[in-house]
Amino acid sequence: MTLSYVRTQDAPKLPAPASSAGFLAKLKDRFAPTPLSGLGTLVIALLLGWAIWSIFQWAIVHAVWSAADREPCNAVGAGACWPFVQAKALQWVYGFYPIEERWRANTVFLLGGLSMAGLLIPRVPFKGWNALFFFIAFPIISYVLLTGGRFGLEAVGTEQWGGLLVTLIVAITGIVASLPLGILLALGRRSEMPVVRTLCTGFIEIVRGVPLITVLFMASVMFPLFMPPGINPDKLLKALIGVGLFSAAYMAEVVRGGLQAIPKGQYEASMAVGLSYWRMMLLVVMPQALKVVIPGIVNSFISLFKDTSLVSIIGIFDLFNIVQSGFNDAKWASAQTGNTGYFALALIYWVFCFSMSRYSQFIERKLNTGYTR
Amino acid sequence: MSESAVVLNSVNKWYGQFHVLRDINLDVKKGERIVICGPSGSGKSTMIRCINRLEEHQQGDIIVDGIPLTTNLKNIDDVRREVGMVFQHFNLFPHLTVLENCTLAPIWVRKEPKAQAEETAMKFLKRVKIPEQASKYPGQLSGGQQQRVAIARALCMNPKIMLFDEPTSALDPEMIKEVLDVMVDLAQGGMTMLCVTHEMAFARQVANRVIFMDQGQIVEQNEPNEFFLNPQSPRTKLFLEQILH
Repeated sequence: MTLSYVRTQDAPKLPAPASSAGFLAKLKDRFAPTPLSGLGTLVIALLLGWAIWSIFQWAIVHAVWSAADREPCNAVGAGACWPFVQAKALQWVYGFYPIEERWRANTVFLLGGLSMAGLLIPRVPFKGWNALFFFIAFPIISYVLLTGGRFGLEAVGTEQWGGLLVTLIVAITGIVASLPLGILLALGRRSEMPVVRTLCTGFIEIVRGVPLITVLFMASVMFPLFMPPGINPDKLLKALIGVGLFSAAYMAEVVRGGLQAIPKGQYEASMAVGLSYWRMMLLVVMPQALKVVIPGIVNSFISLFKDTSLVSIIGIFDLFNIVQSGFNDAKWASAQTGNTGYFALALIYWVFCFSMSRYSQFIERKLNTGYTR
Repeated sequence: MSESAVVLNSVNKWYGQFHVLRDINLDVKKGERIVICGPSGSGKSTMIRCINRLEEHQQGDIIVDGIPLTTNLKNIDDVRREVGMVFQHFNLFPHLTVLENCTLAPIWVRKEPKAQAEETAMKFLKRVKIPEQASKYPGQLSGGQQQRVAIARALCMNPKIMLFDEPTSALDPEMIKEVLDVMVDLAQGGMTMLCVTHEMAFARQVANRVIFMDQGQIVEQNEPNEFFLNPQSPRTKLFLEQILH
C-alpha cells in the first residue's frame, strides 16, 4: 500500500441517475412502495371515491335544477335544491338593501374590487396612490354611498344591510384594522417602557382569553349600559370594532413571533448606521418579520373571515345569517333546502379563503430573496 | 500632538454583577489604526461596542470626535453618524439588495437624494471591488463578498471612525484575504480604525498600536513590532504563544 497518490485524470462528470426506471416504477414508488402502504392507498382512494361520488349524485345527478317553489325539492330522493339558491342569490349578496338602491352597493363592490386588485397584483403601477385611495378615500366613499342621507341619496340604515355585503365589510375592515393595530400591540408588548408593555400585554391577554361571541355580546348588549342614555352606537359599528380589536390581539401575537425571529444583529446594524427606532422598525425589522409570518398572518385573516359569521349572533344579517333565515321561507322550506344552503355557503366561504391562501403562497415565493441565515 | 478621535476615560461596565470593563483608559488619535486582541470574553467587543453605544457604559467618559456619549439621544445619533461599524456576522439587511443596503442610511438618515446616494454607494462598492453585485441580494453572495458589502455600507455614511468587530472570524479561510485587503486599503487612505481581530499579519502591516485585553482590562499596549517581538506581561506572552503556534 502506498501513501502517495496524485490524480492524473479527472473523474468523468456524469448525469444524475434517473430516479426510477419508467412510469410504472414511479407509480409504484409513489403509491405502493410496500404492500401495506399500497393497501392504505387503496382504502383512501375508495373512501375518497365514495365521498366524491355521493356528492356528485346529490349535487348534480339527483339535483333539482328548476322549480317555481319547494314542491320538486320535497320529492323523495331529490338532491340539491338549486332553484332555492337562484331565487335567493341576490338577497344573499345585498341582504335587505332596497332593490332600487343596490347600485350603491355595486359601486362599492366595483371600486373596492378594482383598487384591491391594483394593490394585490404586483405589476400594476401607482401602488402609492392606489393605497391612498383604498385605505382613505374608499372607506369614506363607501360609508357615504351605503348609508346615504346625503347628496340626495336616500338614507339606508345598517339594519337593512346584509348578506355578502356585510360579510365583506366586516372581514375587510377587520383585516385592514387588525394588521396595523396588531403591529403596534406587538411592538408595545416588546417595548422597554413598563407602562406601554403592561397595557399592551394586558389588552392582548384579556381579549385572547375570551371567545369572540363574548366580545360581540359585550359590545352589543353590555356596552350601551355603560353609556349615557340616548347614546347607542350603531350595531354594525360595534360589531366592526369588536371584530377589529379581537383580531388585532391575535395578530399581535403572530407579529411578535415574527419579531422574535429577527436576529439581534439586524437591530445593531440598523442602530450602527444611525437609524432611529421607528425607521429601524419600518425599514429593516418589520419587512423581515412580516415576511416570516405571512402564513400566520393569512391564517388569522382566514379565520377572521369565517368568524364574521358570528356577528349573526347579535342580529346582523351577514351572509351566514341571511342564508339560514331563507330556510324558513314557506315558499322554499323543504327537506333539501337547508343542505343546499349550507353547501352553497361552504362553497362561497371556501372560495374566498382558498384565494387568500393561494395569494399568500404567491407572495411568499415572490418575497423570497434566497437568504439563509 | 494631533487631535483625539476617541477618548475613553476610566470606563467601567458591568453585566449584572459581572465587571466586564474595568477602568479602561484609551486615547485614539485621528488617523490612528488600532488593533485590539485578547482571549474570548476579555471585553474587546464590548469596549468597541461602547464607542457607538450599542452597549451602555456605567462609569467614566467616552468622547467620540469631541461629542460626549451620555444618555442624550441627540449625542448618540451624532456619534453614530461619525462612526461606522463592521460586524463579525456582517448583519446585512437580507430583504434589500446590495445597493439598497448601502443607500438605506444615507437616504433616511442623511436625507441624501436617491441618485446621489446611489452614486456614492457605487463608488464604495467599486472600492471594495464588487460593483457588479449591486443588484443582488446578500443571500446570493459569499461570506467574503458580504463582508465587503458591509464595509461599503458603513463607508457610505462617510464615517470619520471605523470599528471592526472580528470582521474575518466568521469567514472561510480563502475569503479572509479579500476582506483584509479592503481594510488595508482603508487604512492606507488614512481612516481612523479600531479593529478587534486576531489577524496578526494585518496588525503588523497597518496598526500603529496593538492593544491586549484580558479580563476586562487593557493589559498591554505597544507598537506592533515591539508588541509581538518583545511582549512584557506574562499574560500577553501566554496569549501570543497560543495564537502564533
